[in-house]
Amino acid sequence: MESVAQEVPLEHFLIVSGILFSLGVYGVLARRNAVLILMSVELMLNAVSINMVAFAVYTSPQFFVGIIFAVFVITIAAAEVGLALGIILRIYRNRATANVDEVDQLKW
Amino acid sequence: MTGTEAIFYLMAAAAVGGGLGVVLLRNVVYAALSLILTLLAVAAFYILLATEFLALVQILIYAGAVAILLLFALMLTRAHDAPMAADGPQKPIAAVAGMALFGVLATAVAGTTWPRDAGQITRVPFETLGDALFRQWAVPFEVASLVLLVALVGAIVLARPEEGE
Repeated sequence: MESVAQEVPLEHFLIVSGILFSLGVYGVLARRNAVLILMSVELMLNAVSINMVAFAVYTSPQFFVGIIFAVFVITIAAAEVGLALGIILRIYRNRATANVDEVDQLKW
Repeated sequence: MTGTEAIFYLMAAAAVGGGLGVVLLRNVVYAALSLILTLLAVAAFYILLATEFLALVQILIYAGAVAILLLFALMLTRAHDAPMAADGPQKPIAAVAGMALFGVLATAVAGTTWPRDAGQITRVPFETLGDALFRQWAVPFEVASLVLLVALVGAIVLARPEEGE
């Protein structure tokens, strides 16, 4: 394994990932359209991946568990988006809406 | 400021700008396009972190497949008939929650002493990564492939029209 110079400190990656995660949280809470909520979830997943890869290459390069984690995060995100698309299409066909606050049959 | 730093801050600006676009833009298609911008900027971060494999996977799967699936979902749910998405009534609470979370994260990052010898990072070669993925992490790998299979079969079953529909 070769070493490469890195001028950007670890904190800066963590701050960017923190900003992206907070934006994702805001989006999940504020948006009504299910597809837009899903996009905000993707933002959060990406923020977590940046975080883990940065920790892996800066602090424990001999184990690189964070990189493996990021590979699995991307895999599961692909599965999640495929399944969520199916569910959203189903809801749209039954209820003619993709807004999560209009799908409230279970609300008492 | 060195070239690497300049690229990092440029990409950080692109990622945050794209993220703001995803959560703030009222046109849903523009929001999806700014998500692609963020995903490409994250791929650039992976290259800066010397993990080219992840950058490739990010561009192929995220910026390619996932973003296109999301655009398909927008199209199939006729989001273009009413492209202006109205946000929910809990928008102020969401803003407070997002700000508070970022405050906590920033305080934690600023308050921790990080290793100062980070002028060097180690490049993990493709071979080492693949070896670890298929030997040490073989069981999670197989579970992930099963999850993918189940999710995709489930998506087909859910999205298929029912008998007589």
